[in-house]
Amino acid sequence: MSGYLESVLVLLAINVILAYAAFLPMVAGQLNLGVAAFVAIGAYSAGYLSNSFAVHPVPAALAATAAAGIIGWLVAFPILRTRGIYLALATFALNQLVQGTILNLNVVGGASGYPIPAHIGFPVVAAFSLAVIVLVFLAFRTRFGISVTAVSDDERAADLMGLSVRGLQSAAFTAGAALAGLAGALYAHHFNYIEAQNYGVLFSIYIVLYVLLGGTQTVYGPLLGAAVFTLLPELLRGSAAWRYVIFACLIIAIMSLRPQGVILKRSWFSK
Amino acid sequence: MVLEIRNLSKSFGGLKVIDDLSFGVERGERLALIGPNGAGKTTVFNLITGVYPADSGRVFLEQSDITGLPSRYRIRRGLARTFQNIRLMPHLTVIENVMIAQYARAPGVRAMLQPVGFGRANRWRAEARAALAEAGLEAYAGEAAGALPYGIQKRVELVRALAASPRVLLLDEPAAGLNPAETEALHQALEAIARRGVTLVVVEHDMQFVGRLCSRVVVLNFGCKIAECASGEIHADARVREAYLGSEELA
Repeated sequence: MSGYLESVLVLLAINVILAYAAFLPMVAGQLNLGVAAFVAIGAYSAGYLSNSFAVHPVPAALAATAAAGIIGWLVAFPILRTRGIYLALATFALNQLVQGTILNLNVVGGASGYPIPAHIGFPVVAAFSLAVIVLVFLAFRTRFGISVTAVSDDERAADLMGLSVRGLQSAAFTAGAALAGLAGALYAHHFNYIEAQNYGVLFSIYIVLYVLLGGTQTVYGPLLGAAVFTLLPELLRGSAAWRYVIFACLIIAIMSLRPQGVILKRSWFSK
Repeated sequence: MVLEIRNLSKSFGGLKVIDDLSFGVERGERLALIGPNGAGKTTVFNLITGVYPADSGRVFLEQSDITGLPSRYRIRRGLARTFQNIRLMPHLTVIENVMIAQYARAPGVRAMLQPVGFGRANRWRAEARAALAEAGLEAYAGEAAGALPYGIQKRVELVRALAASPRVLLLDEPAAGLNPAETEALHQALEAIARRGVTLVVVEHDMQFVGRLCSRVVVLNFGCKIAECASGEIHADARVREAYLGSEELA
């Protein structure tokens, strides 16, 4: 496999995980604009473990997943007290907080970036990505899958049907944070260099766009969204400088034609 | 008594919506809660199911005090309801809506992680499908609930409430917006549910429907109980006539 193709596929695999990281809270009715904060937490904690304690990168990635999940679970309690646009702003603030903190942490390089020599190759990244896809698909075949949708559709009625609204929302938020952490850890160990500047709110917004473009109604949506966002800019490389302009126009076109996302429930795939 | 409310009061701002209301429902009874618009009937349902806390007074379900019990635990105790303005989950399919209510019978983290999505073999899915079939709604099982006509949604909401296996079922205007044939079908369905031993409490404006279904009537006006009688005697009561039609002198 050529180096170029491999790096595109690695990005695709990581972006799929990121898309599900944003998808999980969104299905429960939460717009998380702080996904990049959890990516950064995963990337830096995995890097720190493998750099400072010589932990093998795979267990380091798993530990980083757990760390991002635990931090997600802890912040879910105050953050999920807010609703709608305020919840989005709270997660936005969280993103700034985490990014700012890392920029000031000299133990992981601060603003000058953090090299991580231990390497995770493409097959391992791809295996993690496939495992995430399978897990998410299975999760949405359980009672949890229909219950989180019920919560975002009608919190009051879901509560009266016996569902724990707060419990489901914090579970979705926590699982999303853990996936973001995993994606960060895989990125850090594959590309061997991370910079806190990259984990800003703009990155979070991109991840949310994957999901909105693909659609939040089915588990296929984020998969498609991540694929389009990863591959389309590459396919447009022919038109060099204009490719991001063309890409942005295509996104606006898709959004105005299909505001609910490309894949809807009971359309092509699901039944 | 299977359900009892004692001296219940509720104000919104300065407005007293429910004022020192008490009544009880015997096991297997069919009680109607009637009164003019704004009398507080839906508020009574909301207080019983815990949508809002009562300012004062108590609610008892099968002799145990549930006044302070969080709303989501009440359905697990056997108290289910339907809503005046249908509240199905629009993005879930009909069968998924029904399956949501099953959770009340077997709650917990393990139940949450139980697979329910694989084909017809799954026990819970099969049960929901059978309940829909019994109500003549099997054809809609895979449709998104939000896209269905009003009358169908109302029937689905009833099937959903029953999927929780309630002992007490609160129905908020079940016949509203239904044509005579649909109302008759609803009557038959509720008779069948009552025969299984489910206690019914019905808020309804269709007095003919109430007269046929319910044995006893509690009449509310401005949040107070103004009458309580057998459903056959309702027209004879002067206070009820006054509440609905205005006082005799004016009329």
